[in-house]
Amino acid sequence: MTNVTMTVNGKSVSGNVEGRTLLSSFLRDDLRLTGTHVGCDTSQCGACVVHVDGLSVKACTMLAAEADGAEVKTIEGMANADGSLSVIQQAFQDHHGLQCGFCTPGMVMTAAALLKENPKPSETEVRDYLEGNICRCTGYHNIVKAIMAASGQDVSAIAAE
Amino acid sequence: MPKDGGIGSPTLRREDIRFLTGNGKYTDDINIHGQAYAYFVRSDVAHGTINSIDASAAEGMPGVAKVFTAKDFEGVGGVPCGWQVTDRFGEAMQEPKHPVLAEGKVRHVGDPIAVVVADTLEQARDAAEALDIDITELEPVLNMKDALKDGATKVHDDLTSNLCYDWGFVEENREAVDEAIKGAHHVTTLELTNNRLVANPMEPRVAVGDYDSSNDEHTLYTTSQNPHVIRLLMGAFVLGIPEHKLRVVAPDVGGGFGAKIYHYAEEAFCTFAAKALKRPVKWTSSRSEAFMSDAHGRDHVTKIELAMDKDGKFLALRTDTHANMGAYLSTFAPSIPTWLHGTLMAGNYTTPLIYVNVKAVFTNTVPVDAYRGAGRPEATFQLERVVDKAAREMGIDPVELRRRNFITEFPYATPVAVEYDTGDYHATMDKLLELSDHAGFDARAAESKKNGKLRGFGIAHYIEACGIAPSNLVGQLGARAGLYESATVRVNATGSISVMTGSHSHGQGHETSFAQVVSEMIGIDASQIDIVHGDTAKSPMGMGTYGSRSLAVGGSAMVRATEKIINKAKKIAAHLLEAAEGDIELKDGAFTVAGTDKSVAWGDVTLAAYVPHNYPLEDIEPGLEETAFYDPANFTYPSGAYGCEVEVDPETGKVTVLGFTAADDFGNIVNPMIVEGQVHGGLAQGIGQAMIENCAYDDQGQLLSGSYMDYAMPRADDLPMFTVDHSSVTPCTHNPLGVKGCGEAGAIGSPPALVNAVIDALQRGGHDVTHIDMPLSSDRVWAAMNS
Repeated sequence: MTNVTMTVNGKSVSGNVEGRTLLSSFLRDDLRLTGTHVGCDTSQCGACVVHVDGLSVKACTMLAAEADGAEVKTIEGMANADGSLSVIQQAFQDHHGLQCGFCTPGMVMTAAALLKENPKPSETEVRDYLEGNICRCTGYHNIVKAIMAASGQDVSAIAAE
Repeated sequence: MPKDGGIGSPTLRREDIRFLTGNGKYTDDINIHGQAYAYFVRSDVAHGTINSIDASAAEGMPGVAKVFTAKDFEGVGGVPCGWQVTDRFGEAMQEPKHPVLAEGKVRHVGDPIAVVVADTLEQARDAAEALDIDITELEPVLNMKDALKDGATKVHDDLTSNLCYDWGFVEENREAVDEAIKGAHHVTTLELTNNRLVANPMEPRVAVGDYDSSNDEHTLYTTSQNPHVIRLLMGAFVLGIPEHKLRVVAPDVGGGFGAKIYHYAEEAFCTFAAKALKRPVKWTSSRSEAFMSDAHGRDHVTKIELAMDKDGKFLALRTDTHANMGAYLSTFAPSIPTWLHGTLMAGNYTTPLIYVNVKAVFTNTVPVDAYRGAGRPEATFQLERVVDKAAREMGIDPVELRRRNFITEFPYATPVAVEYDTGDYHATMDKLLELSDHAGFDARAAESKKNGKLRGFGIAHYIEACGIAPSNLVGQLGARAGLYESATVRVNATGSISVMTGSHSHGQGHETSFAQVVSEMIGIDASQIDIVHGDTAKSPMGMGTYGSRSLAVGGSAMVRATEKIINKAKKIAAHLLEAAEGDIELKDGAFTVAGTDKSVAWGDVTLAAYVPHNYPLEDIEPGLEETAFYDPANFTYPSGAYGCEVEVDPETGKVTVLGFTAADDFGNIVNPMIVEGQVHGGLAQGIGQAMIENCAYDDQGQLLSGSYMDYAMPRADDLPMFTVDHSSVTPCTHNPLGVKGCGEAGAIGSPPALVNAVIDALQRGGHDVTHIDMPLSSDRVWAAMNS
């Protein structure tokens, strides 16, 4: 067992983990931050995306021990300080960008990473960036719309709903 | 304009707040103090005899509580099938036992052989490596037609063959259909497959069993679309636990699409093991396990023949299908290729004579059951493909051929035993042609040609039977359950309301849309209304969510219960207002005496019901809580016209979907935003089936598409923006809301529209290609163009 310490959503946390413990397991099982979801075992679905030192990472592809000393942000840390939804989260609600909610945390974290890199992405750029996040409910139409709206673009011109 | 939060308004979903902030509570988020973890050891061969299982080394490993095998389940029932189909000779289908853990034989890759339960999942997994399982491999049964040959290896030794049933429908029409086809002006024939799919809800299945020895009560937390059905099937048929000692909870569920309807062995295992070990037992499926243990969908091989007169009028239809059941009968498997498939073969057309033959076959593959659409996509695909092929053979425009044969008078009794109550197929076709700019297609095709591409446009018109289903009817057809729905409306003293529904929401947004209905009926703000679902301890017995039934059946139960509430509340209001009950009106959350300014607020009436000081106790009971069970009089019949525009690269065979238009008639709409989202999702799954998704086995029965590395899930860059419309409205005539259901339409209408579009593109490019089996991958399209 190894002791790891990291900052998660602004709070310092530590725990004892096996060498093989994944960051996703540490977040879910040790810290009980169950907003980070695990939807596959081949790092394809993206439900577990979190930010590690500002970069989006699939938490199932990283060992908890590798995140020792890192700054980690999860879906639980995405709302505004007063608890209200952030611009991206609000856009997902406004544009019905989620249904069952399981892929949603990963989608929101990926969207935040995209808009940090590319503040006004085109539809094609959004679709390309979401390549590592699978949603089975929405057909992506409203997710793409939500992300573009969150970037401040007028989405009313996008194909009729 | 509909009122915000009322019927017809695109009210934002309340459930989104918890999902967007990481506060959703899914089954895997449930952890009970002292829980142990179950790891399933599954067969890695398709067919084999289990000679021995030596668990002694594994049981001595750190943290291991117990290794379970079939011998621990002696005296425990098998996983039951919920529907018995009668074959065309009047005999019951062949129904093999489906043990919780494999008994003597393994019958598909993924069949569970043993379960290791340990303090941690890692310990359970480590110990599983130490299990010594000796299996002699047997020849696998994979191809359905070979499986029916004399002398074929049998999947189940105790059955007479691999044939589950040979179903004919309507059997009395068989000869008349044969005659009509023989004498017809033209017969179009098409042979096709409907590719095997995996539903793949993003949340893998999870089960947590808990047992309270102080009162002998079991609780199962599970990823289910229908917790009451699981309670009934598992309690009565597998473990022998009476309902009052068994609670099943399905909290937030991350998508279902059919795969979470069924009762699975893992649920029974965790419930059983929790009592055996006197500690909670949790199992979380990995995605790899999901691919080889969640029921699969589709997998039909079909020949269809359509007979026409010289004007293209449909005279008769004959279809012959082999439907794969997999190794065991999943909960509703036998009903899918029969009653949810054969009954839809009239489509939108007046074809007077129809005969459907289905042979259901056991193979050494994962069981196959309902997947979004369930039988109706299989019916629609073959019908809309053969109609398109017929149009080309007859030299009639595909739109025109469909219009010549549309049903226009309702109610319409089809020759396949169902009666459509309403519809307007020309209206949805008109809408499709308008929204997809059909008139401008030739110009766009010319532009594509200039760029060296082939452009095509494909149409499909669909009908589906939703709002499943009248109990007495399905009982006659072999269902071992009723298909009503329930609701309890509990009005609290201060006027807020809890609605306990037997429906289950796993993405459909019931918490929002159901509240809109009650808000509209009573006139109080929707924020005062909570929708409670997913817990057998809270809701009355309900049948759950599938078959686009929640609003049509569950919503109707809720309306009936709310009507009872309003009737009683009016009596109380009449007493408080000293007026005649018949003069009381409820509007905007207040009761008034007609023609006066006398009024009493909703909250005053509800308070009086629970603090009955000034109350007609001699006439009515205190309290304000009502339950209704609603059994539908008929199915509902949503319909629509779908159009797909594609471009094919003749160099590579690559198909690009440029646009997809869906013009649906869902009857009345409660929340258009949610309805559109349901259509988008269905379209993505249908386009996925037609373009990229395929569940493949090799010739040894190994699952080749066993992960997201191999099974192509549609991703954002595989799909276009969609154009959807639901402005054609012919309300359902037999349920109180006039609603039809919208959950499956997208997945039903889209595959034939897409394949028709690709065939159209190829034929416009001069290629004599009449059919390509799904998925239309580049290599298949290229091969068809170059054969």
